[in-house]
Amino acid sequence: MDEIDRKIVLATQGGLPLVAKPYEAVGEIVEISSAEVIKRMEAMLENGMIRRIGLVPNHYALGYKFNGMTTWNVPDEKARELGKKIGALDCVTHSYLRPRHLPDWPYNIFAMVHGKDKETAEAGVEQIAEVLGEHNQGHMVLFSTKILKKTGLRLGGKK
Amino acid sequence: MREDKTHLLDDKDRALINAYQGGFPLCENPFAVVGAVVGLSEDETITRIKRLLDEGVLTRFGPLYHAERMGGGLTLAAMKIPPEYFDEVVEKVNKFPEVAHNYERQHALNMWFVLATETPERIDEVVGEIEEVTGYKVYNMPKEEEFFVELKFEA
Repeated sequence: MDEIDRKIVLATQGGLPLVAKPYEAVGEIVEISSAEVIKRMEAMLENGMIRRIGLVPNHYALGYKFNGMTTWNVPDEKARELGKKIGALDCVTHSYLRPRHLPDWPYNIFAMVHGKDKETAEAGVEQIAEVLGEHNQGHMVLFSTKILKKTGLRLGGKK
Repeated sequence: MREDKTHLLDDKDRALINAYQGGFPLCENPFAVVGAVVGLSEDETITRIKRLLDEGVLTRFGPLYHAERMGGGLTLAAMKIPPEYFDEVVEKVNKFPEVAHNYERQHALNMWFVLATETPERIDEVVGEIEEVTGYKVYNMPKEEEFFVELKFEA
């Protein structure tokens, strides 16, 4: 990421301008052409620096009232293989392997399950339990009760 | 923030949301392209996205950056806050610009947030700063592997 990419990130991380030519507007801030902004953002999409460009819904507003962070205690040697299977389930939006904090926190696999109704969310939890089978050594589902902040990633303004 | 706002959505809103959680075009007049797909004029498309943001149906519109690939740090962290101090601690934690998302959850570990920092080293510093400012332990749970991240929300 060079200095110009960095300026593009700073100019767009809060959102794209809502004008007919948003990349031209970004180009004016960064002092490059819209074609250059587009080319550089394409490259960032390609190399994964940009995950995606689009509308980010507040899932509560879309009626997803049941948003469970399901967490599972899976033997370390099976965690990667089983994590992949869980990530592939339709009911799961994100899935990660994370460190335990024993004794307070024994769970190492995290999978976000979302549902517009409780039954859907619970069915998701059951599906995961089925995938894990005998390797499920305990799980915990944490439903979120409130979004306290959601701003997305911010780089500081400093160089 | 938790409100169901689906009653505010019409078919065009749903079409926009369902079609463009990713893949927003990189071209001179992207809203015209999007509008043509959804059946709206360029202006109407812009106006609608503005409205959806104002109504809180959308939290953001634009590129989502990948912290680690940009050389930054990212982690999930949790805290165990006594309910009577919860609001006070939320305020302190949310003041950190590095706190990208923060959720209240039903568990002894009742606050869960994502930290996104400019450098990987900065994660530990921010964790330390949050512990110092709040007086509570931060359970840092950086991901060791990401299995799948996809958008599957339907309006």
